[in-house]
Amino acid sequence: MGQKREIDDRFKKFGTVSFTSFSKVNDFVDYLEDGKIMTTRCKDCGLVFFPPRADCYQCLSSNMEWVEISGSGRLISYSKLEYAPVGFGDDLPYSIAVLDYGDFKVFGRIADNIPESDISVGMEFKTVVNHLPNGQLNYVFQKT
Amino acid sequence: MGKVAIIGVGQSAFVRGYPGSIRELAFEGFKEAMQDAKINTKDIDASIICSAPEYDKQRSPAGVFAEYLGLTPQPTFYVETLCSSSSTGLKLAYALVHSGLHDVVVVLGFQKMSEISSAESQERMGRGADIQWESPFGTMMPAYYAMYARAHMAKYGTTSDDLALIRVKAATYGRINEKAVYRKPVTFEMFSDPESPMSNPVSSPLRVGDCCANADGSSCVIIAGEEKAKAFCEKPVWIRGLGAASTAVNMSGRDLFTGLTVAEHASRQAYKMAGVTPKDIDVAEVHDCFTIAEMMAYENLGFAKPGEGKELIKSKETYKEGSIPVNIDGGLLSKGHPIGATGGSQIRTIVLQLRGEAGQMQVKDPEIGLVHNIGGVGLYGNVTILGR
Repeated sequence: MGQKREIDDRFKKFGTVSFTSFSKVNDFVDYLEDGKIMTTRCKDCGLVFFPPRADCYQCLSSNMEWVEISGSGRLISYSKLEYAPVGFGDDLPYSIAVLDYGDFKVFGRIADNIPESDISVGMEFKTVVNHLPNGQLNYVFQKT
Repeated sequence: MGKVAIIGVGQSAFVRGYPGSIRELAFEGFKEAMQDAKINTKDIDASIICSAPEYDKQRSPAGVFAEYLGLTPQPTFYVETLCSSSSTGLKLAYALVHSGLHDVVVVLGFQKMSEISSAESQERMGRGADIQWESPFGTMMPAYYAMYARAHMAKYGTTSDDLALIRVKAATYGRINEKAVYRKPVTFEMFSDPESPMSNPVSSPLRVGDCCANADGSSCVIIAGEEKAKAFCEKPVWIRGLGAASTAVNMSGRDLFTGLTVAEHASRQAYKMAGVTPKDIDVAEVHDCFTIAEMMAYENLGFAKPGEGKELIKSKETYKEGSIPVNIDGGLLSKGHPIGATGGSQIRTIVLQLRGEAGQMQVKDPEIGLVHNIGGVGLYGNVTILGR
């Protein structure tokens, strides 16, 4: 009897609906389960990425280390959706946004508990892990 | 190598729910372009078929179309850059002709969007973004462009009212374009009337009236090298400048949220190749998939300085009688946006304008025209400059 091959499809747990099952940066999902938002830095040239990557285009190295995203980022822009693509209707309404952390930017959602009237471009937010009602994981932007 | 000209243009009517198959839809645009060029299928050396493939059950439509259009055994190629597929097709066709490899090439764009629901369509279009890191958040095209609108408003004081003016202009010309899917008038007041669907929020700050109409359609552009163009065609329209660019698909990788860098890069290339400046452009077609997209196009193409696009629309300078007429065929907003057919339709509009054959939509005596065609959320940018 041959050994049963382990299928590492952890990435399918990311987001309300995941469109990707396999990635070399699957550990991102394990870190989310531990309450951490992590990204990758190239150990050879020092370039920091978001989203995490397995490979560095600057020096062609695949020698990456995980670093935690801490502190706050400035809100570049956002939009509150009143319609959703198939599979996301139960989440409505929700807002997508981009934060500027200086060395990198993060795309994600704004936390549901923040009314749109409290949001303005330029505000500081932190990125935190979010457990979705369907058992999936993502991250959201919360007030600092 | 010599010059390259457009010798024939055509498009189907842009409609909701085309009652036929994709090959039949393609035939409509092709037939009009062939009758325009007054040539025979034997005169054509190659075809380039352009669309965004996720709407179709047919895999590899190029071969199917080549057979249906009578373009076998000539070579056929399939090209895709989302909503700018047929502008990209034109650029590649230019390269084939300019290199001397072929003399006459057909660029055929098409899309039949109506076989799936609007929500399914949004899901497919959303997957033109980063499916690993963004789509799991529930993204769709209007939401991305809405973020650009919000950033433009925050930096430059642009308002939703400014954007509404762009839709009002589009509808003015959609009414007189018999190929347009949306022929009804749109008034400024509709945007503040809760009874009007135009005022319904889609993704803040964009409303229904800020968004283009999905449609089914096909477009066709036939190009030829200088010698054949002069032999076949009384009024060849010359391809003077071509520019194309790409950027990060993920918003995290973008540096600009008040404009599209791909449009800046592509227009710079096209202006340089054509040896002209924004002031030389007499008529333009820009990719107004959303009202904010046209506003950013004014600025990225150099028709207005960054942040001053709103002044162009407020003063009606982009109307037919203005200093830089833009989208005098209703644009994507009213003419409709059948993804793969859009670029070719924009090219057709400018060719008709330069020949003086645009009928009620005719701008006064234009010599140089420009087409700005964007794929995805500013992921691919294409700018084409045409001249008499």
